[in-house]
Amino acid sequence: MTALLEIRSVAVRFGGVMALSGVDLDVQKDSITGLIGPNGAGKTTLFNVICGIRQPTTGVVLLDNKEINGVPTQKRSAMGIGRTFQRLELFTTLSVFDNVLVAAELARVSNPHAVAREQIELLGLTDRTDTIAGELPTGSARLLEVARALAGRPRLLLLDEPASGLDDVETQQLGVLLQQLKSLGITVLLVEHDMSLIMKVCDQIHVLDLGNVIASGTPDQIQHNPSVIDAYLGAVR
Amino acid sequence: MQQLVAYTIIGLTTGAIYALASSGLLVTYVTSGVFNIAHGAIGMIAAFSYWQVRFEWGWSAPVALIAILGVLCPTLGLVIDRVALRGLAQATEVTRLTATVALMAAFIGIATWIWPPENRQPFRGFFDGNNVSVLGVNVGWNKIIALIAAIAVAVGLRILLYKTRLGIQMRAVVDDRSLAELNGARPARIASASWALGASLAGLAGILLAAEVQLNVVPLTLLVINAYAAAIFGRLKSLPLTFLGAMALGLTEAYLLWGQGQSWFPETIGGFSTAGLRQATPTIFLFLLLMLLPQAKLRAGAARVRERSAIPQWNIAILGAAVLVISSIAVTGMMTRSNTIYLIQALIMALAVVSLVPLTGYAGLVSLAPLTFAGIGAVLMSKMPGDGNIVSLIAVVVVVALIGAVVALPALRLEGIYLALATGAFALLVSILVFNQGKIFSNGVAEVPPLRIPGVDLSQPRPKAIFLSVAFAVVGLLLVALRRSSLGRQFVAMKDSPLAGATLGMNLVRTKALAFAMSAAIASLAGALDAGKVAPDNYTFDRSLPILLLAIVSGVGSIGGAFFGGMLLGSNTVLASIVPSITNITRVTPGLIGLSMGRNPNGTASQIATGFRPVTSHPQSLLTALSGIGALWLLTSVDIISHWGFFAALVIWGLGIVPNLPALAVTSGRSRVLCLLIAAVGMGIAAFFDDIFEAVPTGGRLLAIIVLFVVVGNAIRRIHTPVAPTTKSSPDLMGLTGFTPEELSQSDRAIKVVP
Ligand SMILES: Nc1ncnc2c1ncn2[C@@H]1O[C@H](COP(=O)(O)OP(=O)(O)O)[C@@H](O)[C@H]1O
Ligand SMILES: [Mg+2]
Repeated sequence: MTALLEIRSVAVRFGGVMALSGVDLDVQKDSITGLIGPNGAGKTTLFNVICGIRQPTTGVVLLDNKEINGVPTQKRSAMGIGRTFQRLELFTTLSVFDNVLVAAELARVSNPHAVAREQIELLGLTDRTDTIAGELPTGSARLLEVARALAGRPRLLLLDEPASGLDDVETQQLGVLLQQLKSLGITVLLVEHDMSLIMKVCDQIHVLDLGNVIASGTPDQIQHNPSVIDAYLGAVR
Repeated sequence: MQQLVAYTIIGLTTGAIYALASSGLLVTYVTSGVFNIAHGAIGMIAAFSYWQVRFEWGWSAPVALIAILGVLCPTLGLVIDRVALRGLAQATEVTRLTATVALMAAFIGIATWIWPPENRQPFRGFFDGNNVSVLGVNVGWNKIIALIAAIAVAVGLRILLYKTRLGIQMRAVVDDRSLAELNGARPARIASASWALGASLAGLAGILLAAEVQLNVVPLTLLVINAYAAAIFGRLKSLPLTFLGAMALGLTEAYLLWGQGQSWFPETIGGFSTAGLRQATPTIFLFLLLMLLPQAKLRAGAARVRERSAIPQWNIAILGAAVLVISSIAVTGMMTRSNTIYLIQALIMALAVVSLVPLTGYAGLVSLAPLTFAGIGAVLMSKMPGDGNIVSLIAVVVVVALIGAVVALPALRLEGIYLALATGAFALLVSILVFNQGKIFSNGVAEVPPLRIPGVDLSQPRPKAIFLSVAFAVVGLLLVALRRSSLGRQFVAMKDSPLAGATLGMNLVRTKALAFAMSAAIASLAGALDAGKVAPDNYTFDRSLPILLLAIVSGVGSIGGAFFGGMLLGSNTVLASIVPSITNITRVTPGLIGLSMGRNPNGTASQIATGFRPVTSHPQSLLTALSGIGALWLLTSVDIISHWGFFAALVIWGLGIVPNLPALAVTSGRSRVLCLLIAAVGMGIAAFFDDIFEAVPTGGRLLAIIVLFVVVGNAIRRIHTPVAPTTKSSPDLMGLTGFTPEELSQSDRAIKVVP
């Protein structure tokens, strides 16, 4: 196993708040890696660092063993990074189809229309192809975020709470989809509060609390880690 | 030496006035987050009102000051905050910015209405005629008072912000809105207080400035530029730096004034006069400071975009283009020469408005300079060799597109609001420094040659009008192609979420530059195709404002909307020239319409378009609509209907009756008969229009036509059962749109509105 993404002592400071204070973690190639922790732990901030939306105060991000700190956001998608947003960032006045199409076109795939249709089908949004994205219910909107990210043909997919707003059936389907993506060679970093989904699909889990990684391990190890139960899982149950 | 002292004092007092204005701007900006473009206009209104009560009505200075600064200005501030802007808190930056632009336009209109430019009593400063000797220089009391006021305000604001409860809450709101709210502060109330305070400070600055430069609507309104320059020097947060910036600005202006009187000062640089340099100082300051701002950060959670426009369909676009060209051929055949010239102006305006479609409608960026690019187009066309050769036109369009991109490029790093300011600064700079040059407009006019097309004489009104509508149709079709292309989708995506766009690989700077270049290219046509003698006055900053407003009001996302907006602007001039009393109303209208924006994000034209949508998908109605137009045309050509009658009938038929055709097709019984009766009466009045409105001048006739079509259309709509739309939109302030009727009735049941 090799690491696709490595975070090395990344710290981010917002004024007096340390959103991340020296985080170290790896995401293995072709894995589904979970990133969990209470609200405000710094998960979204870490995503922003990986995408280049926020520069870390200190520390480096490595993709394929190469430092990418200075690479601007818009060049990182060409390097294979795709993501969804916890606070939805859909193109709200475009149709579902056009949302995905824009992503495919920006990724310069050879047949963007076909790629867009494929991703929409994969996420089960075919019935809503012509709906204006701003009018989707939250669940479908989250799925559209995933479809759009996938149309950019990422190698590393960052999902920020994709299951919030989904019902049980949809969540289960999402889990199946994640496994499918993994078999297609897409590495997934998954932020999620739905513990049954996390425990079911993840190969590896990192737990973040107050900007620090307090535990890393397999789902089994994490579920029995006393400090994780203290900081987070206890509260969730 | 004596002179230097004198000019230093002039500089400091001017700086003091700027400091007052900019501190007011800053206070409102930091607490309410609204960039008030109308700040200078408030100062202007205050100065005129003060003049009214002090010199016309003879109130004493203290009473007048209390009335204006203590009552009028705070009220104005509160009204703006509560009425005009509160509903827009969740709107996009473009919408909020436009609302303050609308305010500015409305204030300019109101002031010109109440205080028409004429000889009036001079505006005398405080203790006019009495001087104080400072270091051997005689200084008027007005200047001394400006300095004292600035110092007092600086100290007062310091005490307010650090020692009073209100001030501490203000600072808390600036720091962290939600946290302050948790601790009991009420941001809404604090914003209102700061609007009242900011308006009073603007008023004080306006009054002091008017004593120095006299009453003049536009220059006083442009005080906002100075205020912005200083406030941006203070990074929009630091009051001390803002004061420093204001002083630096005042001193620079004063020393330039001094320099211009000296023999060593170059009168021309590279053949260009330096006369406008001092006047342009604040704008240059602002422009440079904007360029030095750090790169905008990508921010999550952009305001939810409410404005949206449907993707234009080819069949409708081609139909629209054909109808436009054919009807312009028909209509101009019947129009008098002078009416054709009005039509030409309206078409030019329509081109200027449509230039904002790719920029503002698609890409969500605001430009305050559409007419500046039109002006550059006109100037280049007049200087171009080839005398109206089509190749020259293409060259002009390409060059203006490049200028558009180059001007915008350094500004593109900025966020929307700063970008808009930078375009405003650019417009002013070009007006003051370039268009005023004798080299550019010799004796204040430039001669734009008509385009040379074999067999067509474009110097004649009718061919020119037809040609312009062809040009508009072509531009419109190109824009349809753009919106349907990958680049067009990227424009819209960038408007909706720049953050997501960048994450997906979009180069935001490049995309914005392209939008600017395209917009500038289209705007250049509004200048280069306007053959004849043109003056720089046609292309000033304040004339660009109504263009932006009407573009947004009439639905900037749609080409039909832009055409509609241009026609409205054009009919403004028709009305104005024929019925002078209407002028004032039309002057204020764009601003007022702009303010109604909060209620209707998609604009007038889109409502009309929504009305047409069922027609275009209902072949029987479409056929009826077109045959109706054909019949009118026939009746007119055999002289049964007069030209005015044709025009009136066309409007009533097209806008009043046609949208109702699909519904009428399925109505039956008495309501159908009633509808047909109303339609017949409307068309009847139109047919005998000339006889009925014989004594009425053009303006009144236009008004009558508008009233007729609205009345007929609405009456019919009321009677028949409307075709149920697939989605109901509720254009309310919450931006709740697009619920299906089922969803609506479901939620109504849930909250027990209906059993
Ligand atoms: N733009 C910002 N400015 C200031 N503080 C921020 C900003 N974004 C996040 N934070 C703070 O950083 C911490 C981590 O936030 P976040 O990464 O969103 O957490 P999570 O996604 O784990 O819930 C929180 O304390 C949050 O308040
Ligand atoms: Mg988060």
